[in-house]
Amino acid sequence: MTEAPLLRVRNLRVTYPGEQGDVHAVRDVSFSLGRERLGIVGESGSGKSTTGRAIMGLVPPPGRISADELRLGETDLRGLSERGFREIRGRRVAMVLQDPKYALNPVMRVGRQIAETHRMHVGGGTRAARLAALTMLEAVNIRDPERVYRLYPHEVSGGMGQRVMIAMMLIAKPEVLIADEPTSALDATVQTQVLAVLDDLVRGRGMGLILISHNLHLVSAFCDRVLVMYAGRVVETCAAGRLHEATHPYTRGLLAALPTLEHRRAVLPQLRRDPAWAGE
Amino acid sequence: MAGPTIGGGRIPGWGIVRRVLRTLGSVTLTFLGLTVVTFFIGRVIPIDPVLAIVGPKASNETYDRVRAEIGLDLPLPVQYWRYLLKVLHGDFGTSVITSQPVLRDMLDVFPATLELAVLALLIGVVLGVPLGVVAATHRGRWQDHLIRLLSLFGYSTPVFWLGLIGLLLFYAKLGWVAGPGRIDVGYDDMVPTVTGLLTVDALLDGNSEVFVNALRHLVLPASILGYLSLAYVARMTRSFMLGQLRQEYVLAALAKGLSHGRVVWVHALGNVWVQLITVIALTFGSLLEGAVLTETVFSWPGLGLYMKNSLFNADLNAVLGGTMLVGVVYIGLNLISDLIYPLVDPRVRGQRR
Repeated sequence: MTEAPLLRVRNLRVTYPGEQGDVHAVRDVSFSLGRERLGIVGESGSGKSTTGRAIMGLVPPPGRISADELRLGETDLRGLSERGFREIRGRRVAMVLQDPKYALNPVMRVGRQIAETHRMHVGGGTRAARLAALTMLEAVNIRDPERVYRLYPHEVSGGMGQRVMIAMMLIAKPEVLIADEPTSALDATVQTQVLAVLDDLVRGRGMGLILISHNLHLVSAFCDRVLVMYAGRVVETCAAGRLHEATHPYTRGLLAALPTLEHRRAVLPQLRRDPAWAGE
Repeated sequence: MAGPTIGGGRIPGWGIVRRVLRTLGSVTLTFLGLTVVTFFIGRVIPIDPVLAIVGPKASNETYDRVRAEIGLDLPLPVQYWRYLLKVLHGDFGTSVITSQPVLRDMLDVFPATLELAVLALLIGVVLGVPLGVVAATHRGRWQDHLIRLLSLFGYSTPVFWLGLIGLLLFYAKLGWVAGPGRIDVGYDDMVPTVTGLLTVDALLDGNSEVFVNALRHLVLPASILGYLSLAYVARMTRSFMLGQLRQEYVLAALAKGLSHGRVVWVHALGNVWVQLITVIALTFGSLLEGAVLTETVFSWPGLGLYMKNSLFNADLNAVLGGTMLVGVVYIGLNLISDLIYPLVDPRVRGQRR
């Protein structure tokens, strides 16, 4: 892979000023993303979602983002204006959120929400946007796009809602997709379908995918590479297929805490955390 | 829970029928409750309606005869039944002050109040909603503080005081608006009454002079009442908007590249309206109440002034009739907001509970 990476992150920090000193949600996270599927795993509060949001410039105030390098292709994202980010969001980086029940506007037809992204970035008016949205609905394996286009979010199932969400985020053909727990709110069988749709589109378009999840099995099966985060810091990076060979005690702890069918255990080992991992 | 079915399918339109039936049922119940309340207020209040008719010097026989004539010797349930029948026929008795049927009086004065309240509500909503939105999006900054101060002042200041100060400043000192009353005496009865709303009647008649004069009278009391509703609407809009801005769909809308403005004013505000409908309906109701003081200060010949005069003159029929009218308006407002809900919230549409 001599190709230039789609996204390059060096020493990303996200800090929230707090009453008792600053809270460092993300500390010195570095990675680069090519046309691959990169998983980020960690517990709740380990900074994985915040990392994703920082890339999109969507860390809510008073949070502060800083980095030695934060580059999307040729664009430097550091200190990019809100206007600059607006042109990038949806068009070059997009984000799929966890639960379509909350991530779609409940009073707007789903078709319009998909078409809106198209109108914003591609232009060409309402009719073109509608056609593009229908095509996109087909691309995410929705059999009856005309009907689904007119539905409201409460009228679609979780799996269909998440496919709508994917359609809404991919219609303007971004280079990078950040999927933040995209299947955690779905049933196990639906999870597989949604992942298949996602995989299909990401591969077919040669996109870079960042899959944020707490689910180790999912990430190791679906991704090429995995970052393990703990307390805002990347503690280990490895190839997804070699996750079981991970050496860091935190990763080992996470792996040991996974239940398996082969070994029945009455008590799963508790995860051991060492504050030193978060330090230098 | 579903309605009757044919071969497993729903009868088309059944949802709407159910909805209408349910609404009618609750309206009827509320109305009956209202009549019970007004009826018992009439019995509990320390005003003797017989005495009001016969006067303090009447003999005992006369008193008893009149008492029997108006049915006060009958058992309470029978009295209530008679009262209900009369109310249903639009008979609220005769006003002691005007010696006219109360219903007639109310039909005369209500349009004046309606005109005032509608304009006040328009001011309250048209200014209050955007102010609330701006306060929410600028939370903690000076815009937010200013708007919150403005609305705090609005609902903690007595309306009659605002009215007096307003008259002093804009009428007496600056002369920007006309003084108390609905119209200058010289313009009285110059346009035929069609709707009872003076500004509308003047427009229908094409009489711009009357229109301008009526508007000059209307604008100050309406602004003061409007300020009260603005205060409440802005505060509620702010808090609803803050709630919506925390939702995931707002983040998703930003993530697909929409501008902040579009996310706030289209996506979030669309959801805020759902919650605002009830608030606006209630505001309109409280405007009718607020009208009592405002109309007194501005000598506005509406329901509020009528009620005040009736109260001070122990005109029981008129007071109870007015109470009933305000209650009916409240019921109507609830009905209207029930009907508007499905228009702004697709989740309510066709829902069967």
